[in-house]
Amino acid sequence: MLFGMKSGTVLRDNQQELHHFRVRLALAAAFVLLAFALLATRLFYLQVVQHEHYHTLAENNRISIVPIVPNRGLILDRNGVALAHNYSAYTLEITPSKVGSLEETINELADIIEITPRDRRRFKKLLDESKNFETLPIRSRLTEVEVAKFAVNRYRFPGVEIKARLFRHYPHTELFSHVVGHIGRISDRDVARLEEEELLANYRGTDHIGKQGLEQSYEKLLHGITGFEQVETDAGGRAVRTLSRNPPISGDTLYLSIDSKLQALAVKAFGKYRGSLVAIDPKTGEVLAFVSQPGFDPNLFVDGIDTANWEAYSNSPDKPLNNRALRGQYPPGSTFKPFMALAGLELNKRTPSYSISDPGYYMLPGSSHRYRDWKVGGHGTVDLHKSIVISCDTYYYGLAVDMGIDNITSFMSHFGFGRKTGIDIEGEQIGVLPSQAWKMKRFKQKWYTGDTVSVGIGQGYNLATPLQLAVATAALANGGQLMRPRMVRSIQNSKTGQTRTLPAEILDSLPIKPENLERVKAAMVDVNRPGGTAARAGAGAEYLIAGKTGTAQVVAIKQGQKYVESQVAERHRDHALFIAFAPADNPRIALAILVENGGHGGSTAAPISRTVMDYYLLGKLPKEEIAKEFTEPGAEHD
Amino acid sequence: MIRRLLNRLVAHLDGYLLLALALLVLLGLVVLYSAAGEDYHFVTRQLMNLGVAFGVMWVVANIPPQHLARLGLPVYIIGLLLLLGVALFGDISHGARRWLHIGVTRIQPSEIMKIAVPLVLAWYFDRHSAALRIKDFIVATLLLLVPVAFILKQPDLGTSLIVSAAGFYVLFLGGLSWRVMLGLAVTGAASMPLLWSLLHDYQRQRVLTLLDPTQDPLGTGYHIIQSTIAMGSGGLFGKGWLNGTQTHLEFLPERHTDFILAVLAEEFGLFGSVTLLIIYLLVIGRGMVIAANAPTLFGRLFAGSIVLTFFTYAFVNIGMVSGILPVVGVPLPMVSYGGTSIVTLLFGIGALMSIQTHRKLIQT
Repeated sequence: MLFGMKSGTVLRDNQQELHHFRVRLALAAAFVLLAFALLATRLFYLQVVQHEHYHTLAENNRISIVPIVPNRGLILDRNGVALAHNYSAYTLEITPSKVGSLEETINELADIIEITPRDRRRFKKLLDESKNFETLPIRSRLTEVEVAKFAVNRYRFPGVEIKARLFRHYPHTELFSHVVGHIGRISDRDVARLEEEELLANYRGTDHIGKQGLEQSYEKLLHGITGFEQVETDAGGRAVRTLSRNPPISGDTLYLSIDSKLQALAVKAFGKYRGSLVAIDPKTGEVLAFVSQPGFDPNLFVDGIDTANWEAYSNSPDKPLNNRALRGQYPPGSTFKPFMALAGLELNKRTPSYSISDPGYYMLPGSSHRYRDWKVGGHGTVDLHKSIVISCDTYYYGLAVDMGIDNITSFMSHFGFGRKTGIDIEGEQIGVLPSQAWKMKRFKQKWYTGDTVSVGIGQGYNLATPLQLAVATAALANGGQLMRPRMVRSIQNSKTGQTRTLPAEILDSLPIKPENLERVKAAMVDVNRPGGTAARAGAGAEYLIAGKTGTAQVVAIKQGQKYVESQVAERHRDHALFIAFAPADNPRIALAILVENGGHGGSTAAPISRTVMDYYLLGKLPKEEIAKEFTEPGAEHD
Repeated sequence: MIRRLLNRLVAHLDGYLLLALALLVLLGLVVLYSAAGEDYHFVTRQLMNLGVAFGVMWVVANIPPQHLARLGLPVYIIGLLLLLGVALFGDISHGARRWLHIGVTRIQPSEIMKIAVPLVLAWYFDRHSAALRIKDFIVATLLLLVPVAFILKQPDLGTSLIVSAAGFYVLFLGGLSWRVMLGLAVTGAASMPLLWSLLHDYQRQRVLTLLDPTQDPLGTGYHIIQSTIAMGSGGLFGKGWLNGTQTHLEFLPERHTDFILAVLAEEFGLFGSVTLLIIYLLVIGRGMVIAANAPTLFGRLFAGSIVLTFFTYAFVNIGMVSGILPVVGVPLPMVSYGGTSIVTLLFGIGALMSIQTHRKLIQT
């Protein structure tokens, strides 16, 4: 049964046995041939039919594309002074996927190179955010000694290497923090945005991206175009040889219209005060100085700010991270008056000779509520010229009511109030240009005539950023053309070397009668002359300054109460404001200054303006005496 | 005088087999030089292995078959004892207990079984050829299964497969009834789930990987993916000697041992791999002729088993490297780097030669 014959049958016939064997052997031979045919078929399928497919796979296997990160474009001031540049330094980098135990490796590294707890925390943070196969810096800015120390011990640390990387540096630290902004490590949100804009491919190998300021708004130009190398790699990922190379194109260089010396001088002039200054060339809209005090050190943000510094900044009552020039919204106060005066003339609500008798307050018809002038007892007979020079509130209460809110809204909109200035950094606030529609939307209430009264002196619902004020002042200076403010003056293409100057852009144009403009300008010039609210700051100027002081209330004052500066807590004091342009006959600079809790515009804000203008127009540096006067509260009033 | 001595030396060698082997060895060394990264180290070591193995072959060829048959039982018993020794005292390398230290060197007793099992079975059948009963097949099956169980336990899937095959071939050629074979096949298929549960995790993974290598491209699927890429990208005539990118950029794992066929196929294309198949067929064909003409049952069974085992090596290796069989550790015969398998293979070839060249002596 088991055998090929009957069970138990004795097999004696050798020939028959041989025959049986040969049958079995022939069967086996057939099987061998069949199996080999199967193998041959498989080989044919792999090597001929599927050859193209596997050829591609083999090529993909051996060739990898390695991105070459372009050098980020520089940011220079108008004279070529670097505000943001790159420097090369050594970093110690770990490829987590090639390291057995990260913890152990870092501990062992710490024995030869100093690694602070902060470095470890930052590394951990990067590790959580990173994709696989990336190398991550554990320590940056290694010294020559540290590099040598590691080189000697290198064999002990597979997956750890020293790399030369370019670092972004902001040499002026706080001075340009609110202008240049900073870069930071690319976040998931950045990646999502880049993906949407289909720019992600250009960011292969790039770790940082502009997060704020010009670094953010000019990101596309600054980043440059990533190059790549086709490298033949082995299975371990090591590059064996370069097959082709497509060099990167560095980012473009930005030349700003800002003068770093002017900026430094303006910041110095602020002294201990917080606040903001924006100076603009009224002909072009070029920003000459852009100050928000205090600033912060943007270098701390490049690789992720540590907790201690972050808390120090975010908890500081001075709010150094707040870009006041761009996002600080303040009542324009009396700086609103020249615009109101011009509106009165243009809309034929006032003539230059029309005058009021100021009792020190204003009352709406049929109401006993008194809108008080800042000067108890009033200014006597006040015409348009005087109303600006001595900053009479009563005059403007009446003017505002005569014009009506709709007229004010539409006229002021031409000067950029309530809308974006379109400056070339992101995040600006638009302030509030009150209107009937605005109030309905904001408070679900109709507009009352009483609301109009305080709008006339730049209080009430009025809010403007220092940047908006500066842009409006520039429009006043140039005769009604609202220029788009720009910090970047020209862009140098890194590839061609050609510099392209950005054209001036007019956002709005209001045909103002020249004689009306001259009336207002003349009054603004007299503000800086004896008898005016900024007489001291204007004393001895070698050019004509047209200006207007202002104060913005921080704390509301009750009816019948008097504001006494010395009795009010420092942070509850009024904000001092000053707008000005010069030379008044041919304006080259227009500016707006806000000094937080600075009291009166004439005493704290106007002197800063004088310092800036003296330097910009005459190249004159302030004397110590002038500098000293900045901080002394003056006797003058708004 | 010298001529006579020379004649004596080659008297028991088979010209056809020798020629086919020479071609294989030549091809193997050429490919090995490339697979080893153009390093002579492996080539010289392999030459030494070959020297020893051909020595073994010559010695075996000169031993008359009837003496070989008598060696069957003692060798089998020694092999079994050594396997027991491995199970108790063996070295563990790569997660498997396969090696045994004996004095200065260490040996892999499972390798001995590739020869000992067919040898003892052929001897047993030859002894009982006068009256083969059911009892004899049961004894033969036991003789086969005991060492296979030991080897599976190590675990060494490749070797146990070869040993089982070698033993099975003897049973098959010896006349195992079709019904029993069918019964065994059915039982085998039925016991697949049980067998599956007995397999080691890595062995199961290999089977799963065969079904879908992309499932685990960086783990167990990596071998198959890279070897098929290497072979497929070779095309009709290959990338040329020493020009295989998969080989020289180290994408191909175990490229000088079990996966050396992928190197051959990448650098010499379909032309090269089919040439290899043809040489193997020459060896197998000659072996079958020898088996068919062997004068004794022992000679026929032993020769047939050796030939078919040789075929099994080639088929399993080529099948696994080209991705139609699971990855089991079976070398490409006479081509893969490594002394052990070559010595075993040439022992078998030596036996073939002995059976062929001692034929007339017996007949007369």
